[in-house]
Amino acid sequence: MSEKEKNIISEVTNSDYKYGFVTDIENDIIPKGLNEEVIRLISAKKNEPQFLLDFRLKAYNQLLKMEIPNWAHLKLPKIDLQDIIYYSAPKELNPDKKFEDIDPELVKTFNKLGIPLEEQKILSGVAVDAIIDSMSIKTTFKESLAERGVIFCSFSDAVKEHPDLIRKYMGSVVSYNDNYFAALNSAVFSDGSFCYIPKGVRCPMELSTYFRINAANTGQFERTLIIADDDSYVSYLEGCTAPQRDEHQLHAAIVEIVVNTNAEVKYSTVQNWYPGDKQGKGGILNFVTKRGICNGDNAKLSWNQVETGSAITWKYPSCILKGNNSIAEFYSVAVTNNYQQADTGTKMIHLGSNTKSRVVSKGISAGHSNNSYRGLVKVVKKAKNVRNYSQCDSLLLGDKSGAHTFPYIEVKNKTAIVEHEATTSKIGEDQIFYCNQRGISTEDAIGLIVNGYAKEVLNKMPMEFAVEAQKLLQISLEGSVG
Amino acid sequence: MSNKANKTTDKLVALYEDNKADLFENSSDFINQERKIAIDYFKKTGIPTTKNESYKYTDLEPVFANGYTKFFERQKFNVELNKAFQCQVPNLDTYTVLFSNGWFYEKNSEYNSLPKGVILQSFQKASKEHPELVEKYYSKIAKPNDDSIVSLNTALSQDGFFLYVPKNTIIDKPIQVINLLRSEKDLMVTQRNLVVLDENSSAKLIICDHALSICRFLTNTVTEVNVGENAIFDYYNLQKQHNLTTQLSSVFIRQKKNSNVLTNTLSLHGKLIRNNVSILLDDEGCESNVFGLFLADKDQHIDNYTFIDHAKPNCHSNELYKGILDDEATGGFNGKIIVRQDAQKTEALQSNKNILLTDNAEMNTKPQLEIYADDVKCSHGATIGQIDEDALFYLRSRGINEKEARMMLMYAFAHEILKKIRVDSLDVQLIDLVESRLRGEFSKCDFCNYNVKAANCPK
Repeated sequence: MSEKEKNIISEVTNSDYKYGFVTDIENDIIPKGLNEEVIRLISAKKNEPQFLLDFRLKAYNQLLKMEIPNWAHLKLPKIDLQDIIYYSAPKELNPDKKFEDIDPELVKTFNKLGIPLEEQKILSGVAVDAIIDSMSIKTTFKESLAERGVIFCSFSDAVKEHPDLIRKYMGSVVSYNDNYFAALNSAVFSDGSFCYIPKGVRCPMELSTYFRINAANTGQFERTLIIADDDSYVSYLEGCTAPQRDEHQLHAAIVEIVVNTNAEVKYSTVQNWYPGDKQGKGGILNFVTKRGICNGDNAKLSWNQVETGSAITWKYPSCILKGNNSIAEFYSVAVTNNYQQADTGTKMIHLGSNTKSRVVSKGISAGHSNNSYRGLVKVVKKAKNVRNYSQCDSLLLGDKSGAHTFPYIEVKNKTAIVEHEATTSKIGEDQIFYCNQRGISTEDAIGLIVNGYAKEVLNKMPMEFAVEAQKLLQISLEGSVG
Repeated sequence: MSNKANKTTDKLVALYEDNKADLFENSSDFINQERKIAIDYFKKTGIPTTKNESYKYTDLEPVFANGYTKFFERQKFNVELNKAFQCQVPNLDTYTVLFSNGWFYEKNSEYNSLPKGVILQSFQKASKEHPELVEKYYSKIAKPNDDSIVSLNTALSQDGFFLYVPKNTIIDKPIQVINLLRSEKDLMVTQRNLVVLDENSSAKLIICDHALSICRFLTNTVTEVNVGENAIFDYYNLQKQHNLTTQLSSVFIRQKKNSNVLTNTLSLHGKLIRNNVSILLDDEGCESNVFGLFLADKDQHIDNYTFIDHAKPNCHSNELYKGILDDEATGGFNGKIIVRQDAQKTEALQSNKNILLTDNAEMNTKPQLEIYADDVKCSHGATIGQIDEDALFYLRSRGINEKEARMMLMYAFAHEILKKIRVDSLDVQLIDLVESRLRGEFSKCDFCNYNVKAANCPK
């Protein structure tokens, strides 16, 4: 083996999470713990109107009555809500969020993450809302989007500038009492992104939110609300990273999407929170409630996700197909390595007639990890001619990993055609042999096969993401080939 | 637990406490010990409600709330069952075992022609005559503290059948167990069976469930089967009762090295049927075939729960369940497969296909795969749909009227399960039976011909 080859191999097998650095900035932090005072404090810090405070308190009271759900196929560490800081924001931020006023350290951070905040530097034509801990730092292209009538800003700004929209839509898809983590988020959420696409507008660029956890001992609780009015279109991207720490950090987000008549929303996620080290120490606990509703006829909602990070992922992006002829899609690749655990999937609730949904889920588990698909397809009595196709495949790399599927199918109408298929397998020795024989090393062959396996989903990703996702997939699986 | 479920549970526990003396008197200490564990567990967990993930689609509380008479001693009948009841499947030659309300019928013939060493007798009798065998196998795979329906059975059961097939013995004819229910009051029946097959043996079991009186019956049956090395075991269950019966049937099978098992559950009639089939592949080289067919109409409910545990490498399991639901019928399927960490080279296939004939019918299906080994081939598929319009058109264009064409397609759908039957002449008979069931002719039993007059009991 040549020296160069050796270098490559050692680089590959020892490469770690590359976003694990910490930015040293001064933060405005409130004390640890969760109580009514803390909620009032968060609300006061953000100068929120009364209705929002009422909403938070209602959610908090609901939370007190709830327990952490334990039905998922996960081994949960103890989560102590009193041991978390619920608000941490970089200090001295100019309210105008002019680029010149942002702490250069922060700009550097985002540059390092590959998310430049200077508009002239952005080639890809993607508008970004960059969020660090509890605060939105900068929303790019805000003005040029406004010309088309598109509202894209941080959630806090939206509360100030468009309270009517917030009041109308917040909690309409994921109510404050939906589940434990939704209640927690509704009580303490700090910031997030808001996006409104008016009637008949095709959003000229991709919108994106980049979430970054930085401060220690904090949790991140953000809310995203996307409203696509009649005949509009938007493609939305979400990315996330966090520093490398030994203790777990909690991330409990809510994403709500409203798709009106003839509108289309595409929501893509590359989730790359810190997954913990090789012994399973630390990492982000990712408990996310994502749900969209196809409110009007012919609406279309598509969830695309690549899940590689987090120590624990608990996430079920769902679609309520209320409008007739509406279409929903869910494409997912979930990769778990080392001691990661993922319990993820989707819910397709068919309420309207002639609605269609398609689920393609690809799970890859390596190391000591466990990867589960949990999904529900529900057809109510009055929904005629519903069509669903679900496919969930699992690929096992290594004999200590687990792959599981838990699909639920509930059909109450005879005209529905619902299909579900699942397979579990490992990479065939003959496939590897075929590649080896043609001079492709085993490591590369596995990368090749995994990429081919995930291609169907990666193809659905916006271009910029697809490239990143492909790389990520390879990095996540490094060292898993025995 | 809800208040209602609590109340019903309390009633059942009280039933146990009130009849404790009768229960304990006729059983061995070992069995009574298990009773205690079981009732303690049942007290704690109670009647499973839909909150229980395994019973998500079947609510048992209203069924138990109904209130039933339960007899704790053998009843005397003035009818000779052997004479009154004759199964008239042509060419089906079996060893027939009659059961009346869950009790081994005392006038069953002696089975002198059974191969040497085979024991086929009442479970109650066996627990006294063969305590070493019973204690070795009883309550081992059907644990008294796992599923509360099994716990209830363990606590209340007194009789059933016991079958022991010694080494290198093949039973030439199938054993047919005919469970007859006849009563003048609503009745709860608890039956507990134990089957042990030693190395290189083979047995085929056909269980037929019939209700002769128009009363509400609730049967709770648990069957434990131990299949030894290289043994072959077939289990067919024909469930054909009526619209007032509830049938809870749990079958637990443990397979040893290179054994081969086939179970086929045919649910043709009953108000509520819940089948638990649990198979443990406990050694290498086992093959397991788990099949089921259910046909439901009116407001019937049929729920099949299967659990296949691949504990050891190189085993093969093949599962297929099919159902047709008409009128307001509801169905459930829950198929769980676990492949344990060292169970490499496992091949586990599962499929569930359902047809809904009306908009009021409902089907819920929930396959579950939990896989901890990497060198495995596992797949599962589930479909819910209606009769293929293209196929219907094809048949109609060839001059077959719509009704007949639909019948043919449904029949073809069901046939896939029926052709898996490994008993000659039984398959032919069942094919006819399923066809007449699909045509809606189910008032009389076509399979068995009995002369016992159906007693009408007050509701």
